[in-house]
Amino acid sequence: MKKVLILTSIIVMIFATFAVADDVIKIGVALPMTGNISSFGQMVWQGVELANEMFPTVLGKKVELVLADNRSDKTEAANVISRLINLSNVVGILGEVASSNTMAGAPIAEKYHIPLLSPASTNPLVTQGKTYTSRVCFIDPFQGHVAAVFAINNLKAKTAAVFTDVAQDYSVGLSNFFIKDFTAAGGVVYKEYYQSGDQDFSAQLTDALSHNPDVIYISGYYPEIALMAKQARQLGYKGPFLAGDGAEAPELIKIAGSAVNGLYYTSHFNADHPVTKIGQEFVAKFEEKYHTSPSALAALGFDDYLVMLNAIERANSTDPVKINEAIRSTKNFEGATGYITIGSDGNAVKSAVINEVVNGQFTYVTTINP
Amino acid sequence: MDIGLNALIQNIFNSLSLGSLYALIAVGYTMVYGILRLINFAHGDIFMMGTYFAFYAITIFFLPWYLGFLVAILITGLLGFSIEKIAYRPLRNAPRISSLITAIGMSFFLESFAVVVFGGIPKSFNVYPKFFSDIILIGQSRIPLLTFITIGVTFFLFLILWWILYKTKIGLAMRAISVDIPTTSLMGANVNNVISMTFVLGSTFAAVAGILWAMKYPQVQPYMGFTPGLKAFIAAVIGGIGSIQGAIVGGFLLGFLEIMIVGFFPSLAGYRDVFAYVVLVIILMFRPTGIFKIYSEQKV
Amino acid sequence: MKRIPLKINLILTIAFLIGIYFFLSNVSVLGDYWSRIVTLVAIYSIMAVSYTLVNGITGIFSLGQAGFIAIGAYTSALLTLSLQQKEMSFFIQPLIWPLNSIQIGFLPATIIGGLVAAFFAFLIGYPSLRLTGDYFAIATLAFAEIIRILIQNLYGVTNGTLGLKGINPYTNVWWAWGWLLVTVLIIGSLKYSSYGRALRAISEDPVAAKVMGIDVFRHQMMAFVISGFFAGISGALYAHWITTLDPRPTSLGVMLTFYVLIMIVIGGLGSITGAILGAIFFAFVSQWLRIFESNITIFGFTIPGVPGMSMLILSVLFIVVMIFWRRGLMGKEELNWQKIYNFFKKVEVQNE
Repeated sequence: MKKVLILTSIIVMIFATFAVADDVIKIGVALPMTGNISSFGQMVWQGVELANEMFPTVLGKKVELVLADNRSDKTEAANVISRLINLSNVVGILGEVASSNTMAGAPIAEKYHIPLLSPASTNPLVTQGKTYTSRVCFIDPFQGHVAAVFAINNLKAKTAAVFTDVAQDYSVGLSNFFIKDFTAAGGVVYKEYYQSGDQDFSAQLTDALSHNPDVIYISGYYPEIALMAKQARQLGYKGPFLAGDGAEAPELIKIAGSAVNGLYYTSHFNADHPVTKIGQEFVAKFEEKYHTSPSALAALGFDDYLVMLNAIERANSTDPVKINEAIRSTKNFEGATGYITIGSDGNAVKSAVINEVVNGQFTYVTTINP
Repeated sequence: MDIGLNALIQNIFNSLSLGSLYALIAVGYTMVYGILRLINFAHGDIFMMGTYFAFYAITIFFLPWYLGFLVAILITGLLGFSIEKIAYRPLRNAPRISSLITAIGMSFFLESFAVVVFGGIPKSFNVYPKFFSDIILIGQSRIPLLTFITIGVTFFLFLILWWILYKTKIGLAMRAISVDIPTTSLMGANVNNVISMTFVLGSTFAAVAGILWAMKYPQVQPYMGFTPGLKAFIAAVIGGIGSIQGAIVGGFLLGFLEIMIVGFFPSLAGYRDVFAYVVLVIILMFRPTGIFKIYSEQKV
Repeated sequence: MKRIPLKINLILTIAFLIGIYFFLSNVSVLGDYWSRIVTLVAIYSIMAVSYTLVNGITGIFSLGQAGFIAIGAYTSALLTLSLQQKEMSFFIQPLIWPLNSIQIGFLPATIIGGLVAAFFAFLIGYPSLRLTGDYFAIATLAFAEIIRILIQNLYGVTNGTLGLKGINPYTNVWWAWGWLLVTVLIIGSLKYSSYGRALRAISEDPVAAKVMGIDVFRHQMMAFVISGFFAGISGALYAHWITTLDPRPTSLGVMLTFYVLIMIVIGGLGSITGAILGAIFFAFVSQWLRIFESNITIFGFTIPGVPGMSMLILSVLFIVVMIFWRRGLMGKEELNWQKIYNFFKKVEVQNE
C-alpha cells in the first residue's frame, strides 16, 4: 500500500513539474475546503476563482493559483502555508479564513517574508505585531462599533440582549466590542451565552425575552443565528435582530425562513447594492458563472485576489517583500466590497454595509463609513 | 400568568422534546451494548446519515415527505445492518477494545464519506410540511406542534420496542442473547440474525431521531451527529448502559439537566457540557452500572 | 535462526543513532516544509509512545490523551510567552497573577508542562482507575472534554476562545527528537523492567495479576501518570511548534485523541517502535493523500480533486487494519536488529 502510494506520488509530482510553465506567477490559496468550516472556504474560493478568470494575468504573465486545503485543522493550517512557500514557491498567499488558523500560518509567512493576505479573518490579534500578515476585511472592533451605532441611532434601542458564542473567538470579540460601545452610549445589555454546534437556545431565549429587550444582538455564525431567530420568533419575540458578518449566508434564510425577517447585520458587501463599478461587474459575472448571487465571503475572496494582483502590479516585481510593501500601501483601491485602504498595521480601513432581511431577501439598508 | 411560570412551562416542553431525541438515540447505543458489549461510536453518524437519506429522498427523488422519511428510515436500517456485518462481525471474538476502536474508525469513515459525497456545506432541511412548525399556545407559552409530534412519535416507538422485546420471538432471543450468547445459540436461536436485527432496530430509531432533529433544527451537515451522539451516549450510561428503560430515563434526565441549567443559570451556559460530563463521571464512580443496574461489572 | 550477538546489536544501534543524527543535521537540505514535518513526526511520536504505554502496554483503554496534551501545551506556553505579548493578547480579561509576570526558558517550561499534566493525570486517574474497560474509556473521555471546556471558559488564565498567540517557535528538530529519545528510553526501560512485566501481566489478566500479589491500582496509576507526563511534554513541544493555541474540539479535543489512536493502532498496540512507525505513517500518508484532493493533470486530462478524500482513505485503511491485521505493523513486539535479520533471512530462504 505504502509503496504504491510513494510510487503514485512520485509519478504525479513528475507530471506536475512538467505541467508547470516558466512564465507564470504563482499565488497560493490556503482555505478550509473540507472540515467543519468548509462552507466558508468554498465561498471564498468561488470569489477567488472568478477573479482569476476575469483577470488571469499580471505583469504580462499568467497567474497560477495553488489551492491548499487546511481541512479546517490548525496543524494543517500551519503546514499548508509552509507547503505553499517551500514546495510551491508562491510569491504571496491568499488566506486563511478562520482567525485562529490564520494565526497558525502567519509566523511561517513572517519567517519567509511572504505576504499573507487574509480575506476574512476579523480577530484583531491576527495582524498584531506582524509585518507580512494583512487583510482586506475590516476588524471586529469596527464591526462591533458599527452595530452599536446602528442599534442606538437607527433602531432606537435602549436595551439589548447580547448572545455570545463562547466557542468562537470571533463572537467573543465582537460581543465585547458591541457591549463596550453600546453601554458607553447609555444602553443596557443582558448577556447570554451559547456554543457553536448548539441547536437549542430556548433556555437562553426564554431568559433574555423576560427582560423585553429592544434588540437581540447575536455575534456568532449563521447556523446558530438561524436556529436562534426561529426559536425566538416561536417564543413570541417580534423585535429586530442584529448580527455580525457571520450571519451572511443564503442558508440563513433557507433554514430560518420568515423568522429572520427584520434581522439586520453588519457586512462587507451587498450583492443587490454593490458600492463600486467593479462590484457590479463582479455580481453579474458571478451570477453568470454560479447561477446564484454572491455572498460577502465570495466578494472578499474576489477582492483578496484583486488587491494581491494590484500590489504585484504596483510593485512591478515578483519579489514578495516588494509585493508586501505594495499591499500595505494600498490606497482607495476599488474592490467589489468598497474602496479598500490597507494601513501599515495590515488592517483594512473601509466602509461597512448594513443589510436587512426583508421577505427572505438580503436588502441593503445603509453604509457606515469609518 | 407571570413570566416565571411561563418560562418554566416553556422549559419543560423544551426538555421533553430534547430528552425524547436523546432517548431515541440512546436506545440504539444501549441495545447494541446490551448484546455485544460494544460502544457503537458510529451511532451518532448513523443518525446523521439518516437525515441525509431523508433529505435526498425528498429533494432528488421527489418523494412525498412521509414516503421520503419512510424510505430514509429503511435505508438507514440497512446501513446499520451492513456496518455490523462488514466491520463488527469479523471482530466479534476479538478483544472488546478492538471492536471499540473499529467503531471509532467507522465513525471517522461515515463523516469523511458524508464530506466527500454530500459536501461539507450545511444544507437546509426544509422538506417537511409547514404545519409542523405551527404554534400551539399553552397559557402564554408558545409550543410548536413539532414538539408534540416528537414526544408522541417517541412514545409510540417505545411502545413498539416494548412489543418487539416482550411479545415476539426475536425479542425473546434478543433478551436472551444479552444475558448469554453461547447458551442462547445452543438453544437454537440464530445469533447472527438476532444481532443484525438489533442493529437494524437501533439504526431505524436513530434515523427517526435524525429526521425529528433535522425538523427541529433544520439543517444537515456531516458533523451533525457528533454532539448528539456523544450526549445520547452519556444518557445511556447515566441510565445504565445495556438497559433500555435506563436509556429512556437517562435521555430525559439529560434533556432536563441541559435545558434547566441554561434556563435558570444563563451565565453558566458555557459550562453546560461540563455538567453533563460531571454527572456522567459521578455516576460512573458511585454507581458504574447506572441507574438501572443490569450487569455485574466483571466476570471472572 | 542465528541470534545476533550483543556486541553487534550495540554497534548497529549506535550506527543507527548516528545515522539519525546525520539525517537530522542535514534535514534542512530538504527545505523548511519537510523539516517541519520531520519535527511534527517526533512530536506525534511522543504523543503516540506515551499513549501506547497506557493503551497498549498497560492494557487499559484511555480516551483522554488530548486533555493531557492540552494541559502541557497551555502550561508551557503561558510560561514562555513574553509579558508584552500576554498583555496584548488578554484584552478581554487580563491574565491572572502570577502568570502575568513570569517568563521562563523553554526547557523548564516544557518540564513544568509535563509535571502539571502528570499531576492532572494523577487527579483523573485516582477516581477513574477504579473503573474497568469501557467505563474507564468513557470517564477519561469525559475528563478530557471537561479540561477542554474549562480552557475554553477560563478567560483570565487561558484567554478562552481567543486563544494564545505569538508563542516563541522554540521547537526545532533537535528539541523534538531529543525529547523523543528521552521518551523512548524511559518508557522502553519501563516496559522491560520488572515493573513492565507486571504491567503486561495486568494487561493479560488483571484478576490473576492481583492474585499473584501485584498491586494493580498502583501499577496502573504509575503508568497513567508517566503517560500523562510525556503527553504534557508533547503538548509543550506542539505549542512551541504551532505557536498559537485554542481550545477548539478540532485542535486539542477528541479529534486529536482519535488521531493518536490511529497512529498506535496502525503501529500495533503496545509496541513503542510500532507507535513511532504509526506516527511517521500518519504524518506522511496524510500529506501524500493530498494528491487525491488536488486536480491531477495527466496527459492533458484533468481529474478533478475531491476535498476530503484523504481522510476517507485513511479511515478505510484504519478499519481494514482493525479487521484483517489487528496486530498493526508490530503487534506488541518491538522492532530490533534480530527481527530485521530474521526478516531478510526468511526472504533469502524463500528465494533459494
